[in-house]
Amino acid sequence: MIRILAIFCILFSTSLRAETIKLAVTTSFHNSGLSDILLPEILADTGLEVQLLVVGTGQALRLGEAGDVDAILVHSKQAEVDFVANGFGTHRREIMYNDFVIIGPASDPSNIQNAQSADAALSQIASHKAAFVSRGDQSGTHKKELGLWQTANLDPEAFGGWYRSVGSGMGASLNIASSMNAHILSDRASWLNFGNKGALGLLFSGDPQLANQYAYIPVNPERHRHVNSSATIILEKWLTSRAAELLINGYEIGGQPLFVFNASPTR
Amino acid sequence: MNEIWAGLQAALFLVFTLDKDLVEITLRSLQVSLSALVIASAIALPFGTWLAIRRFRYRRATIAALNALMGLPPVVVGLIVYLLLSRSGPFGVLGLLFSPTAMIIAQVIIIAPLIASITHQAMRELWAEYHDLLISLNTTKRQRIFTLIRDGKRALLTAALAGFGRAIGEVGAIMIVGGNIDHATRVLTTAIALETGKGDFALALGLGFVLIALAMLVNFAIHALSRTEREGTW
Amino acid sequence: MVNPTMSANLSQVIVKRRGSVILGPIELTLARQGITIVLGPNGAGKTTLLKVLHGVERISSGSVDWSVPDELARQSQAFIFQKPTMLRRSVRENLAYPLQLLDYKKAEIAERVALWAHRIDLGDMLDRSAPRLSGGEQQKLALARALIRDPDVLFLDEPCANLDARSTREIEKLLVDAQSSGTRIIMTTHNIGQARRLANDVLFLLNGKLHEQGAAMTFFKEPKTPEAKSFLEGDIVE
Repeated sequence: MIRILAIFCILFSTSLRAETIKLAVTTSFHNSGLSDILLPEILADTGLEVQLLVVGTGQALRLGEAGDVDAILVHSKQAEVDFVANGFGTHRREIMYNDFVIIGPASDPSNIQNAQSADAALSQIASHKAAFVSRGDQSGTHKKELGLWQTANLDPEAFGGWYRSVGSGMGASLNIASSMNAHILSDRASWLNFGNKGALGLLFSGDPQLANQYAYIPVNPERHRHVNSSATIILEKWLTSRAAELLINGYEIGGQPLFVFNASPTR
Repeated sequence: MNEIWAGLQAALFLVFTLDKDLVEITLRSLQVSLSALVIASAIALPFGTWLAIRRFRYRRATIAALNALMGLPPVVVGLIVYLLLSRSGPFGVLGLLFSPTAMIIAQVIIIAPLIASITHQAMRELWAEYHDLLISLNTTKRQRIFTLIRDGKRALLTAALAGFGRAIGEVGAIMIVGGNIDHATRVLTTAIALETGKGDFALALGLGFVLIALAMLVNFAIHALSRTEREGTW
Repeated sequence: MVNPTMSANLSQVIVKRRGSVILGPIELTLARQGITIVLGPNGAGKTTLLKVLHGVERISSGSVDWSVPDELARQSQAFIFQKPTMLRRSVRENLAYPLQLLDYKKAEIAERVALWAHRIDLGDMLDRSAPRLSGGEQQKLALARALIRDPDVLFLDEPCANLDARSTREIEKLLVDAQSSGTRIIMTTHNIGQARRLANDVLFLLNGKLHEQGAAMTFFKEPKTPEAKSFLEGDIVE
């Protein structure tokens, strides 16, 4: 028994930590691998240990509303604007963007490679009733997808069995799409880093509609007094700095740059 | 088949290079699950024993409730603990959400009914055997419970190990209340979920093999520590 | 330790189980010394009577009065069951257990354990696991465990029912020794030969009632009731 307790004490002794900040980020941002580059640099430059909560945009916003994180970094503009307008965040600061891409069977049975626009591509998928996997989790990617259907004047509620709403994160949804050989809307970073591509290929990209803007929102300390407000300011300053710009613009997967830094130097 | 093979290779590679992250999340898995095990056992072993020897009006209902709780979906436990510990929840001021403590709380809730229920089953048999003697010797309730726990320790160990098995392999609840934060609340199971999400099945599987090995190791270690194999004379 | 004034008085005792009377009404005064053998056919209520006297059977009406307060009476009694309950521990720990419950000092426990282990010929098996002993050894151990507290009263419920001749003889010797050092013994048995060897007086139960009682000599020689007579002759009595 004493031996068990001894092992216990060793397990329990945790080392001292640097100052920490909890940041809710979207799955797509985390899957891009950029955070693995940025976090050590932030720690080195500012002494801040950023603890990432990797969730969908919907849950990230809820975490911010409840005050369970200090700041959020998400990509769903309308929801972000509402979040700030309702007083949950102090302000919204755009940091960078990447883009969404439409993934599907590499043989492209619906011939969307030559589509004129993203919504036209989706219309073609719908008219072929070709299998399509939707995130279905109120994430930024999901909201972007819904916006594109709306532009195409189509209502996913009315779709048949070819439209699968899976209620999962980007990775899990890509796994499902891969096993079903279905179409899916993904952010470019997640797709490039995804290890289980199977027979899928990148079919459509480049429409300005598919831009994916990431923005940083500190949680309002007036609403949640425990929020580490000074840390959110330090982090914002770093994310909009020249150092961040170089790292973000320089990040590549397989020789392809992913993100474009577009933070304005001042708010 | 290829993927399982690649998973084994990944596991061996991680273990033999003593991968720093692997060591860290493995220790955290152990820390969380063993803490939950100790706390849950401290509650559930005496409670299950007490339930075996005590006759009271709502005993049957209590046992039925216990057996029902045993099947609690971890995700629901996670969600409820999350809502309780959220800054906007009743225990928000404690600031426990997304910490190993929150994960321990969730796991205690998940495994305590299991341990209590198995304890109750085993202790009921032992109590049937000891009942007449202990009553005749005019023992107090405390003495009865201590005697049963002492002589039933092997069954209790089984109960505790079942609890540990459930805790160490649990992912739904601790993902929600822990948040799977790298270097803070990431454990083996949440790391496996993460790698699966990235489509990196080999690494996920490798971590899975490490998890299985760990669970077995802890089983053997606990058996060895309490020397039941040598003492098992009844 | 032995309390020579310990006696019991049962008045109008009735035990019911699921509505039907299984024992009583019984009026009984137990003599203060000797070995009382409870006889009777299966289902006559022998075990129940023993348990009532020991205070572990709930009585539906009537009263059981020991000449000392209940708590003290229970403390100075011991009970041996037909099938001995062995704690899942060593012989040594089984013997020590009743003393540990009463917070005896370690040295005294060790001393008594050694003494009793020797008396029951298990001195060299102290570290053996009790549940692995033979039936006879287990019953001897149970008897020693009961006597180690020097009880004033010892109840035995068919202690030799499943034992071979040698174990039975050893147990009877232990009982006679205990009785001669002052322990009151109340015991049921199916073995009429054993009853003849041990009894000072006899209680004959039939259908939950005390059908006949008296000194052993008289009872075995000239039973007063025809039922007792045919029971002693080996007939089936209803």
